[in-house]
Amino acid sequence: MDYSKELLKHFTNPKYVKKIKNPDGVGEVGNVACGDIMHLEIKVEKNKIKDIGFRTFGCAAAIASSDVVCDLAKGKTIKQAEKITKDEIIKKLKKMPPIKVHCSILGIKTLKKAIKDYKKRDGK
Amino acid sequence: MKKIYFDNAATTQVDEKVIKEIQPYFDEKYGNASSAHEIGKQAKHAMEKARKTIAKSINAKRDEIIFTSGGTESNNFALKGLFFANYPEKNHIITTKIEHDCILRTCEWLEKQGVKVTYLDVDKEGFINLEDLKKTITDKTILVTIIHGNNEIGTIQDLESIGKICKEKNILFHTDACQSFTKVNLNVKKMNLDLVTLNAHKIHGPKGVGALYLRRNTKIVPLAHGGGHERNLRSGTENIPGIVGFAKSVDIANSKDVKKIAEMRDKIIENLLKIPNVTLNGPKENRLCNNINVSFNNIEGEAVGGYLENEGICTSTGSACASNTLKSSHVLKAIGLESLQSNSSIRVSISKYTTDEEIEYFLEKIKKIIEKLRKISPLVG
Repeated sequence: MDYSKELLKHFTNPKYVKKIKNPDGVGEVGNVACGDIMHLEIKVEKNKIKDIGFRTFGCAAAIASSDVVCDLAKGKTIKQAEKITKDEIIKKLKKMPPIKVHCSILGIKTLKKAIKDYKKRDGK
Repeated sequence: MKKIYFDNAATTQVDEKVIKEIQPYFDEKYGNASSAHEIGKQAKHAMEKARKTIAKSINAKRDEIIFTSGGTESNNFALKGLFFANYPEKNHIITTKIEHDCILRTCEWLEKQGVKVTYLDVDKEGFINLEDLKKTITDKTILVTIIHGNNEIGTIQDLESIGKICKEKNILFHTDACQSFTKVNLNVKKMNLDLVTLNAHKIHGPKGVGALYLRRNTKIVPLAHGGGHERNLRSGTENIPGIVGFAKSVDIANSKDVKKIAEMRDKIIENLLKIPNVTLNGPKENRLCNNINVSFNNIEGEAVGGYLENEGICTSTGSACASNTLKSSHVLKAIGLESLQSNSSIRVSISKYTTDEEIEYFLEKIKKIIEKLRKISPLVG
């Protein structure tokens, strides 16, 4: 697979692999295209994503996308985080093989699901 | 970083003896084997000598070897050539669910032309059931084509027993022996084979050359028409350097290497299975000497391959993530693996060049990689 150096960096040394203690929102999405599974947890304080962690069953692109989506979301308000797109993930990874674009979509879907879960818990 | 090449089922390093043998056929003996002059005769002579070497290695006659561009062409030629020679009087082909793509895609094309194809199931180690085969043969069957050594999981089919059945029923028998050639004994008489696909680049020979063994008096229609090369069965100026190199690679293959490789294979399998929750795909016995295929379960094969490559180790995977179609391996599916298991598989294929140091390094790295990726996986703990 033709991966960028940036993607390989996030793949081999992801920074956000962790379980969050008492998370405020949890999202898990399975990818029907190839069988990948992404699990994401967020800790929210004053409407901001204070901490975030992931665990992913998937290829290099899926793991790198997971790490980048966490990086993009951390410190953002819920409203800002909801606006993150797959293109931002791809931009951070410099490039993405076309067949792997669905991995970045998986990252977005999982983040949105975690936010939805947070809102539900928060009664919003 | 030094590369460790553990993908010898994909292709192999060309042996330096082969390279040396080929060299003069580019700049000294560069003739066209069809030419009447001396330089042409030189080429013709070298080609016929090569043909003899390859024929002898499978107990065939010299005129039963047709040189081709490789495994894919030989397989296409065997299936389509017999189809054109026998259809519509006969309209049925029997194969298995674990063939190489070039057999399966050809079968699909033949189905569009009106052929009925039976895809035999295999057991969990990848072996066909001989009773199933017997039952599916009809008087409309053109041929039985069954892969000798499977390229993904290493299963070696019992060609002698299959050949017996085909002989009893008077049905043509073809095998794709690209992976098994020179690793497993291949005897066209003993196994009652009518057609065999062979190639060079899996056995430390050059790419772009292979052969089809075709038993004398077997009716077949050529795919390439032209100058009438290869007894009118495969036109096109012969690839003399390739053919010479092919024969040399057959010549230097030996049982000592096979034994050494098999021992290394067993060592790798034994150590991989010591890692918790690792399963072997394919059989323990009757397995290609250079093939290892395991599922790590809960982590994805392309990711394992990526981490291995980061350490300089080249392997391959049957995972959906690594394929262009996002479909996991049809072979692993045929032996009953769930998609999670097949998506967590890697294939390690070694060669005579593999060293004990490389194996130690690989085993040390893979343990750490599995540990790390399992920490990343949501399916663990």
